[in-house]
Amino acid sequence: MSKLQVSLYRYNPETDSAPYMQEFQVDTQGRDLMVLDVLHLAKEQDNGLAYRRSCREGVCGSDGMNMNGKNGLACITPLSEVVKGNELTLRPLPGLPVIRDLVVDMGLFYKQYERIQPYLQNNEPAPAIERLQSPEERDKLDGLYECILCACCSTACPSFWWNPEKFVGPAGLLQSYRFLADSRDTATRERLAELEDPFSVFRCRGIMNCVAVCPKGLNPTRAIGKIREMLLANAT
Amino acid sequence: MVTNITNLGRSGLSDWLLQRVSAVILALYTLFMVGYLLLSPGLDYAAWSGLFAHTWMRIFSLLAFISLAAHAWIGLWTVTTDYLKPTGIRIAVQLIIILAIFVFLVWGITVLWGA
Repeated sequence: MSKLQVSLYRYNPETDSAPYMQEFQVDTQGRDLMVLDVLHLAKEQDNGLAYRRSCREGVCGSDGMNMNGKNGLACITPLSEVVKGNELTLRPLPGLPVIRDLVVDMGLFYKQYERIQPYLQNNEPAPAIERLQSPEERDKLDGLYECILCACCSTACPSFWWNPEKFVGPAGLLQSYRFLADSRDTATRERLAELEDPFSVFRCRGIMNCVAVCPKGLNPTRAIGKIREMLLANAT
Repeated sequence: MVTNITNLGRSGLSDWLLQRVSAVILALYTLFMVGYLLLSPGLDYAAWSGLFAHTWMRIFSLLAFISLAAHAWIGLWTVTTDYLKPTGIRIAVQLIIILAIFVFLVWGITVLWGA
């Protein structure tokens, strides 16, 4: 017997008055499948099941969800990593409004991303060639630019749960530092001025949930520390 | 930029720095007090009163009281903004906290200089 007991969060706002958990028995044939494969098998049993997925290889960031209590990408999370006692519970990312089943409304997450102006700003005349960086300047962007915006980190952060309209969240702050640290960006002062209030950056309590769940192994807590250092250097 | 008017420093950066500096001062004061009490087994009123008669002790104590007031304001303000969502209740609780901190601070000063 290799049937996995899968418990899925179901909610269709057009027909359900409240969310509920639906039980599935999925035959894995003893293989160590990815969680996304299990979802496909469950969908064969009930094709009304809704979830996001696209690249199925941890690049697009569509299938971020809560698997046995921990956020991650279903497509690159093997069952052996999350399943305990032959049971798997899948819920949508916590803290964001549910549109249907495992699909959440990412509006608040994107709003905070937009707020940090995630694009290079340079007011100097454009040179005839590319704006060049030294290898050392380029090295500063490693561990920052790789973010795929899957929202696993921000939706694992209690500070983001309580104040999603005010706290930028780990994903947005990682990208904020990516542009603060970029030698080609000239808007550093304006960027920092937007961040020194008690919520945008400073609501981070450094509990490192973001670091624990990031499927790309990035460290938003360190980036937030670097932003604090820049703010402090600028204001003292 | 998120605007705030009931936090101590009006800026997250100054609140953050104040919270860390006040924590260090409170840690030093606590270590001093625990050390003093452990090293004076037969402590009587005269010795205790004598300790607080020193000007340096009054400066150290006042510094610790002000640090405690700032630390409590910043910390509890943060708790209210996390957990109290209705604006009326949040402002009321924040004002009660600030008022209580003020009363305790003045009370502490009168104890320090009144004896």
